[in-house]
Amino acid sequence: MAPLDELKIGGMGASRRRVEDNRFIRGKGRYVDDIVLPGMLHVEILRSPVAHARIKSIDTSAAWEVPGVRLVMTGETMAARNLAWMPTLSYDTQAVLATDKVRFQGQEVAAVVADNPYIARDALDKIVVEYEQLPVIVNPIQAQSPDAPLIRDDKENQTSNKIFDWEIGDKEATDRAFAQADVVSKIDLHYPRSHPSPLETCGSIADYDRSSGKLTVYMTSQAPHIVRAAVAMVAELPEHMIRIISPDLGGGFGNKVPIYPGYVISILASILTERPVKWVEDKSSNLISTGFGRDVYLEGELALRKDGKILGMRMHTISDHGAFFADAQPTKFKIGLMHSAFACYDIPAAHLVSEGYYTNKAPGGVAYRCSFRVTEAMFFQERMVHAAANDLGMDQAEFRRVNLVGDDMFPYRTAFGFLTDSGQYGKCLDVGLEAIGYSTFKQEQEEARKRGKLLGIGISTMTEPLGAGNSREYDIIGIKMFDSAELRVHMTGKAILRTGAKTQGQGHETTWAQIVAHELGIPADDIVVEEGDTDTAPFGMGTYASRSTPVAGAAVAMASRKIRAKARKIAAHLLEVSEEDIEWELGRFYVRGNQERGVTIQDCALAAYSNVPDGLEPGLENTSYYDPPNLTWPFAAYFCKVEVDAQTGVWDVLNFVAVDDCGVRINPMIVEGQVMGGLTEAYAMANMQYITFDEEGNCIGANYMDYLIPTSWETPGFELHEVVTPCPHHPIGAKGVGECATVAGPAAFVNAVMNAIEHTGVRNVDMPLMPNRVYEALQTGKNISGMPPVLSD
Amino acid sequence: MTSLYDEVQAAPAAGVEVRRITVNVNGTDRTVDVEPRLLLAHLLRQALQLTGTHSGCDTSGCGACTVLMDGRPVKSCTVLAVQANGREVETVEGLATASELHPIQEGFKEEHGLQCGFCTPGMMISAKALLERNPDPTEDEVRWALSGNLCRCTGYQNIVKSVLWAAKKMREQNQEA
Repeated sequence: MAPLDELKIGGMGASRRRVEDNRFIRGKGRYVDDIVLPGMLHVEILRSPVAHARIKSIDTSAAWEVPGVRLVMTGETMAARNLAWMPTLSYDTQAVLATDKVRFQGQEVAAVVADNPYIARDALDKIVVEYEQLPVIVNPIQAQSPDAPLIRDDKENQTSNKIFDWEIGDKEATDRAFAQADVVSKIDLHYPRSHPSPLETCGSIADYDRSSGKLTVYMTSQAPHIVRAAVAMVAELPEHMIRIISPDLGGGFGNKVPIYPGYVISILASILTERPVKWVEDKSSNLISTGFGRDVYLEGELALRKDGKILGMRMHTISDHGAFFADAQPTKFKIGLMHSAFACYDIPAAHLVSEGYYTNKAPGGVAYRCSFRVTEAMFFQERMVHAAANDLGMDQAEFRRVNLVGDDMFPYRTAFGFLTDSGQYGKCLDVGLEAIGYSTFKQEQEEARKRGKLLGIGISTMTEPLGAGNSREYDIIGIKMFDSAELRVHMTGKAILRTGAKTQGQGHETTWAQIVAHELGIPADDIVVEEGDTDTAPFGMGTYASRSTPVAGAAVAMASRKIRAKARKIAAHLLEVSEEDIEWELGRFYVRGNQERGVTIQDCALAAYSNVPDGLEPGLENTSYYDPPNLTWPFAAYFCKVEVDAQTGVWDVLNFVAVDDCGVRINPMIVEGQVMGGLTEAYAMANMQYITFDEEGNCIGANYMDYLIPTSWETPGFELHEVVTPCPHHPIGAKGVGECATVAGPAAFVNAVMNAIEHTGVRNVDMPLMPNRVYEALQTGKNISGMPPVLSD
Repeated sequence: MTSLYDEVQAAPAAGVEVRRITVNVNGTDRTVDVEPRLLLAHLLRQALQLTGTHSGCDTSGCGACTVLMDGRPVKSCTVLAVQANGREVETVEGLATASELHPIQEGFKEEHGLQCGFCTPGMMISAKALLERNPDPTEDEVRWALSGNLCRCTGYQNIVKSVLWAAKKMREQNQEA
């Protein structure tokens, strides 16, 4: 018998066309706002127009008079049911509807439930709120001032605006390294506030059935099981009476991890009205009130030896978390995995000190397409590396080569204690340098400069930690970070797979089936994948931080292997030999020494329901909970070539080369799609995309006219390359890829622009590198800092 | 006849005069009673249950709600339903026939031109408008024609390839015909 061709059955390595596309290209996706339940009402939320104010009174009487209005809710409505405040994912509390003060512009103040959204909006206009305005804090420097107003006066024992002090590393060893340094390179940076802004905003439909006591909530959630646990705690409903269904999601990027007031409001509204209640926010509400990313200031220092070796590293970060500490991140790490910075470099000593502050801005600090602050960590790292190479007068590529962890150094323990396990960093660097034409670039740059043209090349290299857990170290609100898969093989050999992850465009319905096909030889087309329904999917921590393939994907492989182990017993029974005499090839067991005599996995599936050996349970299904032994560590090396127009400050990307080593690739087409999407978000952050505030706390960037997202016209093309170093501990050798490009990308763009203009004496322009900032830097030869806010923006 | 308010059995807002309009949607005349302020996107999504037209930003910024009105792409979140009275509207649901996908739909699947799928209907409708007036566009012409439609997932490169794939297939089909 000819062995099965894995690519033909849609197994590992096949660029299988996506299953989910069949409904999306027909307009048959099912997003939250597409769902209509009988008798459904609509809720709209009134938001605060000011950033910091005491609420003196709220008059809702006129709103109640609007025909079609069923319910008007304020903080009092919530407080009467102990729901005015809810816990955040970082052990803080967040107001659902304000009772005492509003603490950021856009905060939820009241809500109207009506027969349709138009009526609800009419009624919102009739609510009168009297505010007594208070001084406003819009950055963490102001927040530190002894005269600063106390934003969180609701919290006992909170006497300042500081949220946390956190540090890691060896201070003394680092101090010694700096004392021995030939050169100390310093740079101050700001990673500005940005918003993930998936095209679909957040929303929910709560449907409480009093007769059964069951609450069903359709919700835009990347982590429905966490939501179920949180709702059980907040609403004091029994967990088995809560069903969270996350249908198709129109993107997530971290924005749909937290639990928002709108969800809670729709739930209480449904309980009170005994009707299904839909809440779908508009774009402005999404941009001004839901989880942002970044907003971190850095003072970075590298201790350098003359020959280029980095001896030590110091980072001091000050982060702005908004009015409620609602970062979605593992409990132990207050500034996420910031301490993964420099994990790809061999550095003997390092020390990180972090401070977090409340401000009168929206809460968030979500992992915007990154693994918990890794985006900030790697941007700071690569900007520090760039500045250090310049300070030493060394070539950018050469400086990295001197300091990158060598192939023979794995497993490698970083100065902050992470264990990286595999990689070919030097090879990735070489592949990229050749593709971008690095060897001839300096000459090209010189000649162009003589003609008045400013060219630059930027490099960014990094390894990032993906796939949290392991569960010993990683939890969210106490829930350990593992993941799960449940595989049921039907009697005809077709199968259904469910996981605790939740796809938002990553294509799980396609790739998970490919892993099963690889492990069992069942064609991928014979496997249906379901996620997002807590009544049917096994418990999982959801999809963010690039953890799907590293954790849930591993669970899929392990569940498949358990199925194979049982099928082997059935095969032995069918072939009338002992189990030890059975061999496996893709999709088939055969008798050792006689390859012709065998049974397929489909034969075993049928027998599992019709001809089971004595002593074996019928059926062919299994569940795997996978707790990863370590994080996975993909590597990325990015190379960007730009031309800066000295007359306008506009810069164009001439070429962008991305070399990704994400381990074994399940579906190369989807991997490349992830990289290109991530690079575009990186380009966006480097070039245009940021949320800023005026001194009164007004959010500038509350719509797509002010919050600039690159279109097809600006977005450059990308040239992709691959290097494959399998992950040694992952069952299929994969490392995850969804976020590498967003994480490593921004520094490549910024380093390129800096390389083009730093001959003028400029050392840094903070993101986004909008033309006015670049122009100003070129004109003045001075750094452009994002702190305090750049007035010319 | 469909009323927007069938869904909840409720009257429109007090004191608002309802208008009766007839819109040809994907080849079929639909007569509905609507409030004058009702948006075309909401008419399609709520009254006609054509939920393939997505509402992304309500301000013409993202293009997810793009439909063709008398053959021209419009952002249906900023067109009033009453403005569509007597006109032809084409949505994503009108692209495929019962048995066959439109080449643009095939192109998006073949070239991995979508991830989360939210921008896809509007993107394909804008592409259709382009290919009807320019059957052989350059990459730059495709990028310019789609620049009113945002995508957060793909980085556009594969969307451009999808449209070029469709253009080629449509040209081949026209030659055969």
